[in-house]
Amino acid sequence: MQKGVAVIHYRGVCQLDFLTYLVTGISLGSIYAIIALGYTMVYGIAKMLNFAHGDIIMVGGYASFIMTSTMGLPPIVSIIASMLICTTLGLFIERFAYRPLRQAAPLAVLITAIGVSYLLQNLALLIFGASPKSYTSLVSFPALKLFDGQLTITGETLVTIGASVVIMVALTLFIKKTKAGHAMLAVSEDKGAAQLMGVNVNFTIALTFAIGSALAAIAGVLLCSAYPSLTPYTGAMPGIKAFVAAVFGGIGSVPGAMIGGILLGVIENLSKAYISSQMADAIVFGVLILVLLFKPTGILGKKITEKV
Amino acid sequence: MEKEKVNIVSRFGRFAPKTSTRGNLITYGLVIAVFIVVQILVVTGNFSSLWKGLLVPLCTYVILAVSLNLTVGILGELSLGHAGFMCVGAFTGAFISLYMENAVPSAWIRFPLALLAGGLAAALLGAFIGVTVLRLRGDYLAIVTLAFGEIVKNIVNVLYVGRDADGLHLSTTNAAALKLGAGGEMLINGPQGISGTPMDSNFTIGILLVLITLFVTLNLIHSRTGRAIMAIRDNRIAAESIGIDITKYKLIAFVISAFFAGIAGVLYSHNLSTLTALPKNFGYNMSILILVFVVLGGIGNMRGSIIAAVVLTALPEILRELSDYRMLIYALVLIFMMIFTSNPKAKALREKYALRKLWAKLAAKFKKGKEAV
Repeated sequence: MQKGVAVIHYRGVCQLDFLTYLVTGISLGSIYAIIALGYTMVYGIAKMLNFAHGDIIMVGGYASFIMTSTMGLPPIVSIIASMLICTTLGLFIERFAYRPLRQAAPLAVLITAIGVSYLLQNLALLIFGASPKSYTSLVSFPALKLFDGQLTITGETLVTIGASVVIMVALTLFIKKTKAGHAMLAVSEDKGAAQLMGVNVNFTIALTFAIGSALAAIAGVLLCSAYPSLTPYTGAMPGIKAFVAAVFGGIGSVPGAMIGGILLGVIENLSKAYISSQMADAIVFGVLILVLLFKPTGILGKKITEKV
Repeated sequence: MEKEKVNIVSRFGRFAPKTSTRGNLITYGLVIAVFIVVQILVVTGNFSSLWKGLLVPLCTYVILAVSLNLTVGILGELSLGHAGFMCVGAFTGAFISLYMENAVPSAWIRFPLALLAGGLAAALLGAFIGVTVLRLRGDYLAIVTLAFGEIVKNIVNVLYVGRDADGLHLSTTNAAALKLGAGGEMLINGPQGISGTPMDSNFTIGILLVLITLFVTLNLIHSRTGRAIMAIRDNRIAAESIGIDITKYKLIAFVISAFFAGIAGVLYSHNLSTLTALPKNFGYNMSILILVFVVLGGIGNMRGSIIAAVVLTALPEILRELSDYRMLIYALVLIFMMIFTSNPKAKALREKYALRKLWAKLAAKFKKGKEAV
């Protein structure tokens, strides 16, 4: 009898460990999902890989950091202000770096995007320096304790998961129900035809960039709240991984980005816990390669037939 | 006859290389001239040790730039993992040299073997990546090569290889797990990398390798194979419809490009006493740096790549006070070069004020004036 209890207890602890990793994974995955939404929308509509998206996250992180730590503004104000800053930045980048190349070869656009990403990183490096800033969490939500305090879910985790669900639902409704959303669908389907139907293509693409950048700011705040070390390179890796998530879920699909993001976060966290912390990144990228090999359109992606 | 002279206008505008033997000779001549000038400067003692230290890295960068240009300019695919191939080459080459240091004392035999091993290892990885992902296009290929570059760096950092009387030991956890016997030595020590590689590379070998790389690349471009590769770049569907085997030719270009990146890595590693895989030398940043050389020199233009690599490596040394802004300038170079070469308005502006055209106008005016007199 005594022995049996001990065994159950032992297994219980084991499962709780697993649950903890799983929950942190879902939380990280929700951040990836929010970033991936920005990627997937821009890719679906402008047909370009916005490499600088990850660095807009970093800008959002720094903006909110300065507003709370240096200027002492309340968290909600600084979050909204950093969203505005990132939106402006996104629009600025779209107008001056990407719009001149709308008719250019994909390679030229891609190299420009890499240039913009590199520019943002190095500007941040010059302004803020290379030393990491310790970010104070903007989330003041109580942690949830389950199973007599054996499983603690932090407030950051709860807020992150909640925020990603709210954002996904709101974005889906926006695309399905509003006129601007319909315009986005039309532009992603056929740019030329949409223009002939009276859709302002440039405005629609700019709107997509604005929404994506605002989401990136939220992702920046959540990312830095959960992992409180802020450097000019903070956004680069999550940005690339979020792209992996977007491809995983099927690029261009909003629910796909969500599923891909959460799956990727869980895979990363579990491989960190059970396989090797140094190899976690390699495993995540390995997932990308496998997905592209066996299902290049992702989990929820549409098959594109090529027209000659 | 006139029709053959029409420039091939690829989808990148003027990126198609000019097919001329004279152009190739100028490129070789340029490299040899630089070599002779540097040698004269060294012999007469007008060359500081700082600059001497820069010579081998310079050759490395030139080889990297030329080989990446083969992928970006001729094949028309963006690879962001070029530093990964370099990394594989560097570690394979250094490992082979260290392994054979006692068995083969002569650097003249050992170094070519290391070069070949490094190049082949990189080419093998290139073939593996190529077979798996070359059917993807554009953005996907770029992100996958980036992923592969990061995976290579990750794996090298957890690799421990040692040697004792029993032979080679391999581990991916730590140095103690190798269980080396007495007198055993570490060859690859995880994040600490490889130390004690024989310093086999020098400027002469570097220039020789640059010339070999150029010879192979330029001959490839102007061969039947090269034209097939460029046809795929310019219009994949049209190329396929006239019977060009897309996968085969893409793979040829990609593997050759990887091979020379590996060679550059071996050259690089034999110039360092300690070789470690840091984000700085083998990461994404290095791949971007090479891409900057290619873009600034002109995509598809090998001579341009060489000049850009030399200028951008030498410039920060001359303008020391600008070193903080170096990366910033690189980023701006990427953006402005792309807008300058690909924006329709910029293109029109450039054509209107092209130097050659202005020169022709001036000459015509001068001629007219002469006739009037």
